Amino acid sequence: MSEMKVLTADQQPETGAALKRALEMTAADVVFEVRESGMRGRGGAGFPVGIKWNLAGAASGTDKMVICNADEGEPGTFKDRLLIEKYAKQLLEGMTIAGYAIGSSRGIIYLRAEYTYLIPAITEARRELIDRKLMGSYILGGSFNFDVEVRPGAGAYVCGEETSLIESLEGKRGEPRNKPPFPVNSGYLCRPTIVNNVETFVNVPHIILNGSDWYRELGIGDTTGTKLFSVSGDVERSGVYEMQMGSTIGELLELAGAKDVQAVQVGGASGATIAADELDRRLSFEDLPPGGSVIVFNRSRNMMNVLENFLEFFVHESCGQCTPCREGNVRLLDTARAIRDGRITSREELKDFFMLAEIMKLGSKCGLGQTSPNCFVDIVTKFVELPGGKGGM
Amino acid sequence: MPNISVTINGVTRSVREGVTILEACETAGVEIPTLCYHPDLSLAGNCRMCLVEVEGWRTLAISCVTPVTPNMKIRTHSKKVRHARRTVLKLLLAAHNVNCPECERNKNCELQELAEKHNITINEFQTSPKPVSFEEASPGVMRDNSRCILCTRCVRTCEELQSVAVIKPVGRSKEVRISTFLDRGLNEVPCTQCGQCINRCPTGALFETSEIRQVWEAIEDPEKFVVFQTAPAVRVGIAEALGFPTDRSTGKMVAAIRGLGVDRVLDTDFTADLTIIEEGYELIDRLKRALVDGDPESVLPMTTSCSPGWIKFIEHKYPDLLPNVSSCKSPQQMFGALAKTYLAGKESVDPSKVICVSVMPCTAKKFEKERPEMRDSGFKDVDFVLTTRELASMIQEAGIDFANLRDEKYDKWMGDSTGAAVIFGATGGVMEAALRTAYEVVTGQEIPFNGLNITPVRGMEGIREASVTMPEKMARGYEFLAGATLKVAVAHGLVNADKLMDKVRAGEVDYHFIEIMACPGGCLGGGGQPIPTSPEIRQKRADAIYAEDAALHFRKSHANPEVQLLYAEFLHEPLGHRSHELLHTHYRARD
Repeated sequence: MSEMKVLTADQQPETGAALKRALEMTAADVVFEVRESGMRGRGGAGFPVGIKWNLAGAASGTDKMVICNADEGEPGTFKDRLLIEKYAKQLLEGMTIAGYAIGSSRGIIYLRAEYTYLIPAITEARRELIDRKLMGSYILGGSFNFDVEVRPGAGAYVCGEETSLIESLEGKRGEPRNKPPFPVNSGYLCRPTIVNNVETFVNVPHIILNGSDWYRELGIGDTTGTKLFSVSGDVERSGVYEMQMGSTIGELLELAGAKDVQAVQVGGASGATIAADELDRRLSFEDLPPGGSVIVFNRSRNMMNVLENFLEFFVHESCGQCTPCREGNVRLLDTARAIRDGRITSREELKDFFMLAEIMKLGSKCGLGQTSPNCFVDIVTKFVELPGGKGGM
Repeated sequence: MPNISVTINGVTRSVREGVTILEACETAGVEIPTLCYHPDLSLAGNCRMCLVEVEGWRTLAISCVTPVTPNMKIRTHSKKVRHARRTVLKLLLAAHNVNCPECERNKNCELQELAEKHNITINEFQTSPKPVSFEEASPGVMRDNSRCILCTRCVRTCEELQSVAVIKPVGRSKEVRISTFLDRGLNEVPCTQCGQCINRCPTGALFETSEIRQVWEAIEDPEKFVVFQTAPAVRVGIAEALGFPTDRSTGKMVAAIRGLGVDRVLDTDFTADLTIIEEGYELIDRLKRALVDGDPESVLPMTTSCSPGWIKFIEHKYPDLLPNVSSCKSPQQMFGALAKTYLAGKESVDPSKVICVSVMPCTAKKFEKERPEMRDSGFKDVDFVLTTRELASMIQEAGIDFANLRDEKYDKWMGDSTGAAVIFGATGGVMEAALRTAYEVVTGQEIPFNGLNITPVRGMEGIREASVTMPEKMARGYEFLAGATLKVAVAHGLVNADKLMDKVRAGEVDYHFIEIMACPGGCLGGGGQPIPTSPEIRQKRADAIYAEDAALHFRKSHANPEVQLLYAEFLHEPLGHRSHELLHTHYRARD
């Protein structure tokens, strides 16, 4: 397991080849191929892509929607930006194949507010694909139509959560919805909707061209394919790295040139914080969930400052709808500051706050509140010396 | 839907497929605490109070939203669930202004009740209460966001039940608050002051603008002649507001008010009967002008005008339809105008010394009495408005033993009531009362419904319609209506009024007369009525209203002896000169 460039390879398959292949298949076969590939969503939650497509394809309802989540807002991640910059045609081709697969003729790219400078790149790619009959009406001379529009977000982190994203697209306040109904049955304007990450769509042409068997070989266990990681922090060569799934975090850090590692934040602020003795852990859904962001902290960093920074982020970005997330993040931030300032001096005093973190994970409405306590639990457990030894609950 | 099997706390039960976990548990007699859930509203799932454990689930399930699935294993008081509920409660309390004794909702607060039930005595989460923030100048509805727990019941009420939608969550995370466009006061946005948000607020974040202090001062001032009027729906709400089961308690209520030390206890029912006569004649006049004279100025359908929330709504949202609204003042304002003219004369008191206090099931009445045009008596027609809740609070403060009071009667001149007036308190009641009188006026005979109960206009359907066909033989002067079919409609809750008015505006309906009440259920579900409210509670109040109607000797407004005396001695005729001066009004478009 190691670095492997597929999505970011210098030599890319001919534009439209995958779409041509897909249109020769039935829609059900396209869904089947994606399902067999075992690809799981690249946005972080890791829901199996083929299953999502299958549900949307089978859902009753017209005007199905293909939505690309390009609201890349997790702190420390910038791999979708690279993909849009350099591989916009692959993205649009992937979305078009998805449209064919689920029976949709309309796609929307929900673009992070800070990425609006990428709109010309997308527009130019779309124009070229339409000119080459690879998008738009009567694609490749057949009866399938598919087009995509770009809609910029307004800067809320929570809109990366798919139902909040849909609310935002509908012109409403960006807040998660209750589920069920799931978007595959009732999403954008109550239509059956799939929401997939940029990287997910970019994978699709490769799967269609090379087949699901090839794709499964690229990973480990149920975690198939390659994965892009945005590496930043205390490394010599920060940037986007494409690795085979199942590679260890240590292998990735070696490529990026990390030294004197104290901690690594994997999967962004909402991900896991691992210590230097865990670098042999594998980037896979079975071990260390492979979110897009990897932030390295060397031994000069005060991890309590890191924690405060993350929690300030969550206090700022909680939509404020549900109680555990709205109120809980504020309390965790208060507590982190109390630890840093020496106002909390024993593990015993932290018991209630570990309980709070647990309840936030179990009881928050969406992924934001369910994952925001991760950094608190990990950092306080692994990096804080308090009487009572390490470990919280 | 077929039944499915689920296990609740180890006991297997058969429940209807498609119900939520909350509903399944309710059926099974297992109580689950809720805060954002309300039977009148859509599901929000934001408070996270009703979390339960479902076997095999990674997270806890929100029981108000999650449907049961076959063989689901639900646990409602596992360790995780218990800790989750306590944590949610503590988080809410930590951000809440816990100054309970100073709160309008002390001892009738869902948050307080849950805190007590869950034995929350110490709260380890640091408290940082939000600043107290009262409305500046809202006539009927006040807010204090420091007590708000952001359940959004008020937001959903305003949008889903009332189609007004002036309050929304603003800001995010810990800055989130329920507010208005540009954070304006409720008096500066198209709020109808209906107070439905108050009735559904689980805490004291919303409450009426209190006038208790001013009313006590008037009572305690020997110079003042304090006249109370009581609206129809108050008599079926006051017992409930004092903690007793829902019941009609007119006689006890009169005794209690007299016990406060007021000079006269009179009845808004009296002017409700008067409204029926004035409005009935107005309808007949409009019909004649439209059908016989072809007068384009005579606009149909005519709508009722007694609900001030409705009036403010139409002024904001359908100003082009204002000519459809009856020119009759509401019974409250008719009462005020007569109290300082007719009654002052009868009682030989200086009208400037008369203080008119209304007890209303309504918060919008507090706005209505402030309308600048409501001064036709030469004074402010109505000085103060108390809600049913405020009256209950005064009765308690005075130490009156309500349960053991003996029934007393209203004072004379404006104290007579008929069953027709009582049913003003329920949706459809004004229509029924109007039909009882108007039919008899134009045909000379009683309306042919068994026991005068015009059941097609009763009930809780949001919009109801009915028609009454006139006989061939009419009373003299009304032959033009012979054989005609009068089409009527009734709507309650402004969302239904909105739907109906859209159809009227589009010319899709051909009604002659429409009754509209701003509040769900009519006045008995008004914003000044006891808290809580639910479809069941409103049905009980409606049952009490119709029981009162059935029990009264006079059932038709034109049979009210004191109203007959008023016409004989003071007004002389319906729609006459004095009526126009004192009892009719006009409206204006509002932004």
